[in-house]
Amino acid sequence: MPEKKKNPGRVSMPEQPAKVRAHNFLEVPEGYTLKMAQEEAARCLNCKKPLCMEGCPVGVLIPEFIALLVQGDITAAARKIWERNALPAVCGRVCPQESQCEGNCIVGKRGEPVAIGNLERFVSDWERENGTGQLPPQEPKTGKKVAVVGAGPSGLTVAGDLIKKGHDVTIFEAFHKPGGVLVYGIPEFRLPKAIVGQEVHFLERQGVTINCNSVVGKCISLDELFEEGFDAIYVGVGAGLPRFMGLPGENFIGILSANEYLTRTNLMKGYDFPNYDTPVPSGKKVVVLGAGNVAMDSARTAMRMGAESVKIVYRRSREEMPARNAEIHHAEEEGIELCLLANPTKYIGNDEGRLVGMECLKMELGEPDDSGRRRPVPRKGSEFSIECDLCIVAVGSGANPLLTGETPDMELNKRGNVVAEPGSGKTSKKGVWAGGDIVSGAATVILAMGAGREAANSMHRYLTQGW
Amino acid sequence: MFKIVHREELGQGTVILNEIEAPLIAKKAKPGQFVILKANETGERIPLTMANTDPEKGTITIVYMIIGRSTATFASLKVGDSFMDVIGPLGRPTHLEKVGKVVCVGGGTGVAVLHPITRALKEIGNDVTAITGARNKDLIILEDLMTKASNTLHICTDDGSYGHHGFVTDILKEKIENEDIKMVVAIGPVPMMRAVAEMTRPQGIHTLVSLNPIMVDGTGMCGCCRVSVGGETKFACVDGPEFDAHKVDFKELMLRLHSYTEMEKQSYEDFKAGK
Repeated sequence: MPEKKKNPGRVSMPEQPAKVRAHNFLEVPEGYTLKMAQEEAARCLNCKKPLCMEGCPVGVLIPEFIALLVQGDITAAARKIWERNALPAVCGRVCPQESQCEGNCIVGKRGEPVAIGNLERFVSDWERENGTGQLPPQEPKTGKKVAVVGAGPSGLTVAGDLIKKGHDVTIFEAFHKPGGVLVYGIPEFRLPKAIVGQEVHFLERQGVTINCNSVVGKCISLDELFEEGFDAIYVGVGAGLPRFMGLPGENFIGILSANEYLTRTNLMKGYDFPNYDTPVPSGKKVVVLGAGNVAMDSARTAMRMGAESVKIVYRRSREEMPARNAEIHHAEEEGIELCLLANPTKYIGNDEGRLVGMECLKMELGEPDDSGRRRPVPRKGSEFSIECDLCIVAVGSGANPLLTGETPDMELNKRGNVVAEPGSGKTSKKGVWAGGDIVSGAATVILAMGAGREAANSMHRYLTQGW
Repeated sequence: MFKIVHREELGQGTVILNEIEAPLIAKKAKPGQFVILKANETGERIPLTMANTDPEKGTITIVYMIIGRSTATFASLKVGDSFMDVIGPLGRPTHLEKVGKVVCVGGGTGVAVLHPITRALKEIGNDVTAITGARNKDLIILEDLMTKASNTLHICTDDGSYGHHGFVTDILKEKIENEDIKMVVAIGPVPMMRAVAEMTRPQGIHTLVSLNPIMVDGTGMCGCCRVSVGGETKFACVDGPEFDAHKVDFKELMLRLHSYTEMEKQSYEDFKAGK
C-alpha cells in the first residue's frame, strides 16, 4: 500500500515585524501573493461533505471557491464567495476562523488547517484590485421597499442579500459614515477603512441607497418608515451602550470607554491629528480593562499612539481571556503586558481631575460561576496600585436604548435587547426583523452577518408570500 | 450636504449665526434638543443646541462663539456653502409645563439655546422673565428675539455699557426675593449656571440647566459626555442635555471640559497659521 501523501504545512502570510508595526497604523498581515494563495489552496482536500462550511455562519461555498482559485479563475472564485457573503474582504480579516471554518477543517485534524480566511481575503482583495468589477446577478425587481436600520455587518448583509433578490433597499445609518463597528471599532491596522469603504460602495453599485446621519428613533420612527412606504424593516443597530465598572473616580479625565477611544482614533481618524481635527488622549502609561478582542484592539491602538507602556488588567487568568488567541499573540508581540488575576477597585486623580493611577486587588480563581468559568475572588491584603494616565474601559457593551426606547411595541428582554425569533429574526412588531448585537448582545462580526442572512431569507419570504 | 441659507455675525464678529437647510431635523426638533455638526471630511463632530427651527422652510439655526479650530472652520463657511454632516435632533426636549412665573437666565451663546425654550415656556402660558448677560454692549446677542420670546427682558453688562451694570444673578436675586418664582432655566458658561444653581438652592426653586460637555457620537454610544447628577453618572447626550441644576456636579463638568485644552490650542494655532 502506497504511503499516504502528507499534507504540506500551511503557507504563512507575511506580516510587518512587531517592532515596526507597533508604531504605525498600516495593516499587520500583508496578504498572500497569487503563488502563495494557490499553494495554500492546493492543500484543500475538496471534501465531499465539507465540514468547514458547517462552521461558517453564512455558509460560504468554501471548497468550491478554493477549487476555482486553484484553477486560477479568481474572478469566478470571488463570485462564488459573493453568493453567500457580502463582505468577504472584511470576513477574511476579522472572522474567528479557528473556531469556525478552519476549526472544522479535516486537514487540521493532523496538522494545520487550510488557511480559509487568508484565501478568502486574497480572493476578494485580488478581485477588488484586478477584477472585472462585474456585479453579481440580480433577480427582477419586486417593487418592494426595505429599510435597514444600521449600516454595520448585519445590516450590510441584509442589504446585500435583499438587493440581489430584487427588492429596493435603503440603509439608515446614525453615523456620518457607513460600516458600523467596521469603521468605528475595528482599527485600521486590522481592517483598513478603505476596504470597508469599497465593500460598501460595491453594495451601492448594486443599487442599495445609504442615508447617513439618520438616527432612526430620533429623526424618524419605525412607524413613520412604514408610512413612507417601506414594506419591511430590519433593525441592526448594534450594541452601542458602553459599560463602565462603577468604580470611584470613574469620571477623571483620561478614563474612556473603548467605544470612545476607538471611535476617536478610527472613525474620526484621531491617529492622524492634527491633520484630522479630533483629538485622542495620548497616554504614556496606559491600562486597558478587559480581555476581549475590543480590549486587544484598544491596547494595540494605544501602543501605536505612542504609549511607553500598555497593560491589560484582567480579573481572570489567561485561559479565560475571551479574545482570539491570534489577537493576544499579536498584542504580546507588540510589547503589551498582561496583568492577570487583578481587578481595579478605585481610580486615583490629581487636582485637575486627571487620572494618575488606579488601585487594584489580586484575585484567585474559585468555583465555576454561571458562565462555567471559574469565578475570580479577591485575595485578602493584596492591594497594589498601578500608575497610569490613560485607562480604556473595554468590559463590554449593552443595548443602546435610543431606537428601542422609541418603539414601545417591539418586545425587549430584561437586558434591553430586542427579542427576535431564532432562525428568522422576526420581532414582536409586524414587518420588523432584528439581528446582530442588538439581539444577541455584543458578539462577533460574522455572527451578526449570520443573523442578517437568516433575517434576509425570512424577509424575502414575507415580501413574496406574507408574514 | 447641509447648505447655509443665512449667516449673521453677532457680538462684533465673535459669534456666528448659521441658518442651515435640514428639513428632516427641522420637522422633528423640539426646544432643548441639539444637533451634531461636522464641517468637512477631516472635521470634528461638534454638538450645538439649536437656537431656532423653521419646519416650513426646512431650516435650523445654530449660534456659536469662535473659540477653536472647529468653530473657526464653521465660521469660514459662507452662505451657499454646506456643512458635510448634520445629525439630529438629539437629546431629550425640554419638559414644558405651565407653572406660573418663570425666569430664563442666559449668558454668552447660551442665550441662543435659551431662546426657543423661553418662547415655548411663554407660549404655553407662563409669565416669563428673561435675563441675559454679556461682558459689554457689543457682545449682546439676540436682543430682539429674546424681547419677543419673553414677557420681560433684562439685559446685564459687566461694564455697565448697556442695561443693568452687573451680573445676571443680581436681577435674578431681586426677582426671587420679590416674586413667587416657580422655575428657573439657566443656560450659559458653567460658572454662571453654577451661580444660578446656588442662588435658587435655598428656596428649592426648580432649576434647569442645559449642559455642554464634550461629545463624540451624541447617541449614547461612547460615554464621553458623562456628567455626575445626584451622584449618578448620566450621559448628557441621551439623558440630557438638561438636568436639575441642584444635582449637577459643576466642578467635575468644568474639569472635564478641559480634557483636550492643550491639543485644542495647538490645533487652533495651526489653523490660524493656515495649516
